[in-house]
Amino acid sequence: MDIAAKTGWSREEMAQNIARDIPDGSYVNLGIGMPELVANYIPENREVVFHTENGLLGIGPSPAEGQEDDEMINAGKKPVTANKGAAFFHHADSFAMIRGGHIDICVLGAFQISENGDLANWSTGEPKAIPAVGGAMDLVQGVKHVIIITKHTTKDGKPKIVRECTYPLTGKGVVDRIYTDLAIIDVTDKGLFVKEMAPGVDFNTLQGKTEALLNQY
Amino acid sequence: MINKVVKTASEAVADVFDGATVMISGFGEAGSPIELIHALIDQGAKDLTIVSNNTGNGHVGLAALIENRQVRKMICSFPRTAHSVVFPELYKNGEIELELVPQGTLAERIRAGGAGIPAFYTPTSVNTPLAEGKETREINGNPYVLEYGLKADFSLVKCKTADRHGNLLFNKTARNFGPIMCMAAKAAIVQAKEVVELGGIDPEIVVTPGIFVNKVVEVANPLSENQLIKEERRYPWT
Repeated sequence: MDIAAKTGWSREEMAQNIARDIPDGSYVNLGIGMPELVANYIPENREVVFHTENGLLGIGPSPAEGQEDDEMINAGKKPVTANKGAAFFHHADSFAMIRGGHIDICVLGAFQISENGDLANWSTGEPKAIPAVGGAMDLVQGVKHVIIITKHTTKDGKPKIVRECTYPLTGKGVVDRIYTDLAIIDVTDKGLFVKEMAPGVDFNTLQGKTEALLNQY
Repeated sequence: MINKVVKTASEAVADVFDGATVMISGFGEAGSPIELIHALIDQGAKDLTIVSNNTGNGHVGLAALIENRQVRKMICSFPRTAHSVVFPELYKNGEIELELVPQGTLAERIRAGGAGIPAFYTPTSVNTPLAEGKETREINGNPYVLEYGLKADFSLVKCKTADRHGNLLFNKTARNFGPIMCMAAKAAIVQAKEVVELGGIDPEIVVTPGIFVNKVVEVANPLSENQLIKEERRYPWT
């Protein structure tokens, strides 16, 4: 077995790390894919209200098989339920919540993050690719804390945390914190600071897998 | 007497003309007025500009309208989804135009269009390729992008309950773009799962007041796009 594969956090542990850091009473928007896992790990004594930009505050657990409703979905178009106290609203109101600074935290995926917090997560810029943006650009501008969940490197081992993004930007200087399988990294005015490293990871190894300069607190 | 209720979907969409701008509600399948779209396919208006969050799925509904070559241009935020096959093909061949708009900007442009606001500044898309060529301005020290309100000749919207004045209630997350698209169109055409007597909707909970609605048609048992896709159905039915 590859020893390298055993170091670092699993997807579930990455989601747990984020869930642990979400304060009681937060309004949170989760992006499509890996960010959705975060909802599974909110500690029981905390009340967190999940927002989905297609028009629901108070997302509940996934419905049981056979109980799915075509008109009850999340932004990833997956079936969801509504918790007690939930609310439905139209798109302009939903994005007023986002753009207007009413959502506390959003958790998004990333293609690249730069050392000054630029985020690229909507397009690889390939000429033949069909561009699709959804709500990402609204979320990064309006939500109070923008959190990224991502593998530290690409599938072929290239750094995703870079000096400057080469892919088209979603927003400039918008990321607050990055949770990877190897570390938790804060984006500050003074650069990137490593808050925590996964078991079995040391600073030099981490820097070796990161193009941007990392700092230690 | 005001009676916005018409008998059939084809009657509801009869006035749509070639070259019209048509807003179509829905986020994926949720809220997509599939019967009105199919009636528009039968009606045949072409050279349309369609404003909708996505570009349809499989070969039914909005995807079928595009496949039937009635659409010149799409204004949307997310043109590719898991089951989107028609639009990507035409787009790659240069046979359909795309104006890509961030989702919140799309919603606000529609809301503004319906509210008589010609343009507005937004932080969304600042310093990204989607702001290129657009006017920007610094307000209170922050950069913003100028975006224009969107209006339409028609909107096709799905809702749960309507009355003859056009007051509307929606169903769960199928509400999405429906209310604002009713506001932004010269003629808002709505398919409702049920049409109730006047007074049958509590005024306190009306979501879209009837003033924004022009035509209502009852479609008691709307088709499920998901089901049609599973069955690999195509419209017009083959």
